[in-house]
Amino acid sequence: MRKSNLRYRVFGIAITTLISLLLILYPRTHEDKKPGEPGLLGRKRTVEEMLKDFTSWSAIKGNIASHIKLGLDLKGGTHLVMQVETDDVIKQFTDNNTRQAEETLKKANIPLKAVTSPALGQVIVELTDAGRYEEAKTKVQNEFGREWQFSSGGATVLNYSLTAIGADQRKAQAFRQAMEIIENRVNAFGVAEPTIQSHGPEKAYQILLQLPGVDDPERVKRLIHIDSKLELKAVVGQPNVSSTKEQALQAAASSGGVAGNMEALPVSDRNGGSTDGGFIVVEKNPVITGIDLRDAAAVPSRYNVRDYEIHFTLNPTGAERFGTWTGANIGKYLAVVLDGKVKTFPKINDRISDRGQITGDFTKETGEDLALTLRSGALPAKIVFLEERTVGPSLGADSIKQGVVASGVGLVLVMVFMLFYYRLSGLNAIIALILNLIFLIAGLALCKATLTLPGIAGIILLIGMAVDSNVLIFERIREELRHGKIVPSAVESGFNKAFLTIIDTHVTTIVSAFFLFIFGTGPIRGFAVSLIIGLLANLFTSVYVSRTMFIYWLARGGPKVDKISI
Amino acid sequence: MIEIFKDTNYDFIGKKNILIVISLIISLLGIGSFFLKGFNLGVDFSGGTLVTVRFKKPHDDTRLRTALSKQNIDATKVTIQPISQITGATKNDVLIRLPQTVADEKSGGGIDADKRGIIDALNNHYTEIALEGRSNKADVNNSGSETLKNALIAKAPLGGQAGAEEEYARLAAAIIKYRDTERGGLIGDISEIPSAGFDPKSTAVLKDVFYAGDFNIVDASVVGPQVGKELRNRAIYVTFASLIGMLIYIAFRFEFIYGIGAIVATIHDVIVTLAFFSIFQWEISLNVIAALLTLIGYSMNDTIVIFDRIRETLRIKRRDDLDGLSNEAINQTLSRTIITSGLTFLSVCALVFFGGPVLRGFSLTLFIGIIVGTYSSIAIATPIMLWWKHITIDRAKLAEQAKKSTKSNAEAKSAKSDQKEK
Repeated sequence: MRKSNLRYRVFGIAITTLISLLLILYPRTHEDKKPGEPGLLGRKRTVEEMLKDFTSWSAIKGNIASHIKLGLDLKGGTHLVMQVETDDVIKQFTDNNTRQAEETLKKANIPLKAVTSPALGQVIVELTDAGRYEEAKTKVQNEFGREWQFSSGGATVLNYSLTAIGADQRKAQAFRQAMEIIENRVNAFGVAEPTIQSHGPEKAYQILLQLPGVDDPERVKRLIHIDSKLELKAVVGQPNVSSTKEQALQAAASSGGVAGNMEALPVSDRNGGSTDGGFIVVEKNPVITGIDLRDAAAVPSRYNVRDYEIHFTLNPTGAERFGTWTGANIGKYLAVVLDGKVKTFPKINDRISDRGQITGDFTKETGEDLALTLRSGALPAKIVFLEERTVGPSLGADSIKQGVVASGVGLVLVMVFMLFYYRLSGLNAIIALILNLIFLIAGLALCKATLTLPGIAGIILLIGMAVDSNVLIFERIREELRHGKIVPSAVESGFNKAFLTIIDTHVTTIVSAFFLFIFGTGPIRGFAVSLIIGLLANLFTSVYVSRTMFIYWLARGGPKVDKISI
Repeated sequence: MIEIFKDTNYDFIGKKNILIVISLIISLLGIGSFFLKGFNLGVDFSGGTLVTVRFKKPHDDTRLRTALSKQNIDATKVTIQPISQITGATKNDVLIRLPQTVADEKSGGGIDADKRGIIDALNNHYTEIALEGRSNKADVNNSGSETLKNALIAKAPLGGQAGAEEEYARLAAAIIKYRDTERGGLIGDISEIPSAGFDPKSTAVLKDVFYAGDFNIVDASVVGPQVGKELRNRAIYVTFASLIGMLIYIAFRFEFIYGIGAIVATIHDVIVTLAFFSIFQWEISLNVIAALLTLIGYSMNDTIVIFDRIRETLRIKRRDDLDGLSNEAINQTLSRTIITSGLTFLSVCALVFFGGPVLRGFSLTLFIGIIVGTYSSIAIATPIMLWWKHITIDRAKLAEQAKKSTKSNAEAKSAKSDQKEK
């Protein structure tokens, strides 16, 4: 081997090591620093401060910690998997279209037997007059659009079914919306670095939410769950609370309510109990909905400091509509409806344009949560929790300690054996092993991979597996020496012959780690990533680095080396 | 030179029938156990609730069960298991496990009903602190900083002075940090808190607002039935996908039959390892599956090293004596096989003894798997490959012999006729 070749090899290894060390030890960037701490940007740091990044143990520890992202199982936090009930959206859509078909045909004076929806995404129109079939078909199809597929069910029956593509589009849209809204809510709650992503197979409509460091997951869950659908509706007639729905509707009908455009809603109990405080009749079509909101905030009540109320403002279009409506209805009553329950029903004393309030039995917490969910908008579909894991930070800290001890013990055991069994060549393997670990950690930092508890286990396992390549090579060299080869050629052919085997063993392990990556979420994925990066690093250290060291030793010993410590 | 195995010449292939029979018996025992005893599937796969509680004092099993049944939790279904710490300070950690009780995720209570039930049971019926001692107070051991802050705001010990709310928030965060980083999640008594850098005068105030409960929930997993089922299916699917992936690679690099040998050996490893889990009813968690998949890759390594050696020798030596040649290859790589497995085994031992209870299932899987995997690459993979080769080679030989004999006959005839001509 020529000298210049050796020089290139050493240079390459040195550069790789240097870059890796930089990746691990590089001082934290400005954003990672706490306010007041001297950063890279902003105030210029003195030389001593910069040096400190590499000399003070706590600074080094802090820098390493800032580059390695810890998983929830080590840091503590909450992991939630939830299902967006996208069927809700399809049901709503079907119901709307059923109603719409009925209205359209009635408007056109086409006599109807019934418009029904026997299942999700299916609408059946039954006519009484077969002669107007084509006319009805055109009218309804125009209304429904291309998302619905027509099929004839006889001389008077029109079947419409929602196409699969149409249904998927609606579902996907609702899913995206739900994810966005949940993200808004979580961000507003002030969680640092939340992870929100779609989870599981396509069309499963599941969301994975990870909240590191959240010590009160119940509140976050409530926040995600709350429906918060706000509507302002006109009260029909006088706001008389009746004890049953039927009574309420009867009373409203006698005071001039139109049967098709009114509904009886429960009045929410002031004391926060589960029983409702009777029913009140309101108009079906709301004056204002949550979409018209510009802002909402929880404000302490003027009457009782412990109580909170929600103050909201409307956006310009909402304000205009609300202003016109209240101006025309002074003296009447307005119901504030939240999630289908009437919270309050104040009398309209004056024209109101852009602000209003919801009073009720709110505490600071429930009030703030409600305001937040109002601001973020209503969820398009229900959310159901499928999986919930919470790791306390103390358990994570225990795990880190145990992981570090176990890796330390494993490392020392392996090193001692290698040194004992292979002597100086064992030292070669140890250097390769240490470099391997450095490259692994640098790789984790570079990929912004998350270190998890199984990931630490993967590193420990890797310590054992990493020396495998060295063992393979050393045993091969020993064999060649036994066969009477001279040292340099024994080393050469030892490396050459072991090389293919090493490639084969690494590829198969990487294949299994790759499937592990596909299979797992969170901790398991972290394990797979550690394993893959470690194996790649190992390929480099055991074959290239270790060989370079041999070349160096042989070169130092001159052309006639006849002994090797192996 | 220290050598453990020097010029070994064990006759592995000659004893292959015995070895295969032993493996078959163990595998069949394992499969029998799969059907008879089944598996102890953890909450990851069966769904349910798993809560790790850290108590101040060692827990009282009967009292805990009574507390749970008082909260309408069927105590016969509950598994209560103290976590043993092999090394390190003993902590009174207890696993409370409940199987799936909700039919599906949409049922009224939500999937976390059992978790809340367990916490309520501990709070209402297990804690020794009298109810009067904690009414209207917040539990520092079982609350988030938000709750502590709100408790301070509600009691308002500082009065309505400006900036009081920020001070409460700071105080709440400091208490939580003290609890989690210095006390391992449990504060013994409220009077400890001032020593953590608070104004000693505030002890009385803190005692008025907070109490230190007897326990802390350090870990809680709730898995709904749907997720459990999905994970179960996915674990099986990925295990097979990973095996097929390797089969393709080996078939590409060697020959298809080498791949079959390696895969059979690996399936054998998985079955035998799972047999331990079934017979001893160890819990199968996500981590165990991760370890099994790692094992698949690892066990394959030993096999490949041997196959590589067989292939290499085949290039130089005569093809006839495949058995002897394979046995030679196993012996030649034996010291490497044993040393590598031994070293990985050492690392895994470190993991078993020092890795902590969370990784116990993971470590145990590898502990058994490495032993079995090393054995199978010697005793299963190569014999299977040879067995197939024999069938095909013998057939080829017969065909060749048949050809040769007709050829030699013809040659002999022509030779004779040549002689005659001369």
